[in-house]
Amino acid sequence: MDFVLPVLIGVLVACSIYLMLSRNLVRVVLGLSLLSNAVNLIIFTSGRLTRAIPPLVAEGGTLPPEGYANPLPQALVLTAIVIGFGLLAFALVLTYRAYQELGTVDTTAMRHAEPQFDEPYDDLSEARAMRHAAERGNV
Amino acid sequence: MSATGWPLVLPIITPLLAASLAFGLRRWPLLQRSVSILGMAAMLLFTVQLLGLVADHGPQAVAVSTWTAPFGIVLVADLFSALLVVVAAFTGLVVALYAGAEVGRGRESHGFHPFLLILLAGAAGAFLTGDIFNLYVWFEILLMATFGLLVLGGEKVQIDGGVKYMALNMVATILLLTAIGLLYGMTGTLNMADLHIKVAEVDDPAMLTVIAVMFLLAFAIKAGLFPLFAWLPASYHTPPMVVSALFAALLTKIGVYSMIRVFTLIFTHDMAITHGALGILAVLTMVAGVLGAAAQTDMRRVLTFTVVSQIGFMLIGLALMTRMGLVGTVFYMLQDILVKVGLFLAGGIAVRYAANESAYGRLGGLWMNKLWLAVVFLIPAMALVGLPPVSGFWGKLALVRGALEAEAWILTGVALAASFVTLYVVGRLFVTVFWKPAPALTEAEAQARAAYAPTRGDMALMVPAVTAVAVVILGLGIFAEPVLALVDQAAQQLLDPTAYITAVLGPDAVPPAPTLIGGVR
Repeated sequence: MDFVLPVLIGVLVACSIYLMLSRNLVRVVLGLSLLSNAVNLIIFTSGRLTRAIPPLVAEGGTLPPEGYANPLPQALVLTAIVIGFGLLAFALVLTYRAYQELGTVDTTAMRHAEPQFDEPYDDLSEARAMRHAAERGNV
Repeated sequence: MSATGWPLVLPIITPLLAASLAFGLRRWPLLQRSVSILGMAAMLLFTVQLLGLVADHGPQAVAVSTWTAPFGIVLVADLFSALLVVVAAFTGLVVALYAGAEVGRGRESHGFHPFLLILLAGAAGAFLTGDIFNLYVWFEILLMATFGLLVLGGEKVQIDGGVKYMALNMVATILLLTAIGLLYGMTGTLNMADLHIKVAEVDDPAMLTVIAVMFLLAFAIKAGLFPLFAWLPASYHTPPMVVSALFAALLTKIGVYSMIRVFTLIFTHDMAITHGALGILAVLTMVAGVLGAAAQTDMRRVLTFTVVSQIGFMLIGLALMTRMGLVGTVFYMLQDILVKVGLFLAGGIAVRYAANESAYGRLGGLWMNKLWLAVVFLIPAMALVGLPPVSGFWGKLALVRGALEAEAWILTGVALAASFVTLYVVGRLFVTVFWKPAPALTEAEAQARAAYAPTRGDMALMVPAVTAVAVVILGLGIFAEPVLALVDQAAQQLLDPTAYITAVLGPDAVPPAPTLIGGVR
């Protein structure tokens, strides 16, 4: 397991970065959710992996048995999952709303907050931006 | 929790309770607004009480649910965090007051006040927690509240700005979580005071430096450092001005606070790399921010870029790691929170007279008929540049003196040059808004402006809020001595965390003499 989990985390992180590099907002959000899951696994692994010894104190005892699994990372992961779920819900709603309001999920075409057409001295970039927008059907 | 724990808990739970109350009262806007303002006032009262306690008796700590440190979550207040919560609560009060005149019924009934109060609770929690995972949780609470405030109203620009804010800030929190997980894997503890001790015992300092840089990256996105500040100018100018004011004042400062906490208490093992990088980032941030501000021709976006450049100034002291430098950093941070609120709120009133248009071409002519507004705008503007007699002067003086003492010539030179460009930016802004003649208006435009202009009722809320900030900034400049004395103590506590660790873990846990020798150039 000590070998398998790091490899899995690596694959997940690589996939999520690939997704987040996309211009498509839906892919970015999927990448973010994948990344947060990869990080949960990092925390889980960093608590050291042990087998079949639950951290339970036997009746009448004061300490759990020797070599017990570290319960703290699991509590941390649980917290992170809950928070990540909330953030993912918001991100999805915002993405859908952006699609409704702005008519696109292409982040390069989202220029309402930082318009690029306000530079009359740079006709070249304006023409390029217009052509770019036209190609994507956002005009 | 023992009875003595209340002073630390009250600044966090007061806004949380007020938030739930305000949420229940969302159909009664006036009542809701009163709850919000009273909640903030109570929070301010409790934070001042906490500051008094910390100033008299040194750092305070409480183990939540009596799970003793380092196993449970602790809340800790040293002078640095106590000073910050006081200023944050004051900011919250001013913003809650001003909001009544600005955000409108629609936004108020859809939860403006609960979000505002939760944001303040998150800020207080982040400042007061002594547990690094708990810091992450407070960051997320903050983030949720800012998401709400940023997109509340749902205008196109807000959604657009919100998308970029969301994506980049989520990357930052995930990075932070990764760094925390790896640090826990190496040290087996999450308590920040305990981390100070455990980090010194780690036998793989190179790996530790990698983790330190991950923390640096995560907080750099949060604080808006070069080159990771792209989300900030993309989103801060989109919500109502009062929300921008709150964000500009508090959010980036919480990133800076975390950076200062982590890089004074935990990662001081390899300052040539970590603090050296901070110095380079400070220089680049100052330059990039101030040039960005000089390039913009829209008041809101100019102000947004000044947020970035000021973060660079705050990092000078942390990069130096000297007493004078940290005095400058802490004082500059405290006063910059007030300066940002003052500038954005006074700017918000000016924009209202121009029908919410903030492009330079559409502003002007407020000097003759709104002289008081020019004064309350000029005071924070002067503090932004660092001119006497207002508060910014003392912050910059301490920073530059600290940099000179440490013989950090590049930092000194860039800080002074960036201040000159800031003077140009602020001067141009002031001339545009107040001295330039008002633009020629058509009949319809003039009517629209009259409709947008603040009413008498709006003014009753706006004027006290903005004036209070200006008075505090001026007061901090003229009577800087007592505050500087407190800040000096705060800087000493940061440099030598013995008192902090004693408060959390008891006197037996304190490691041998602190290893901080000088700073990094």
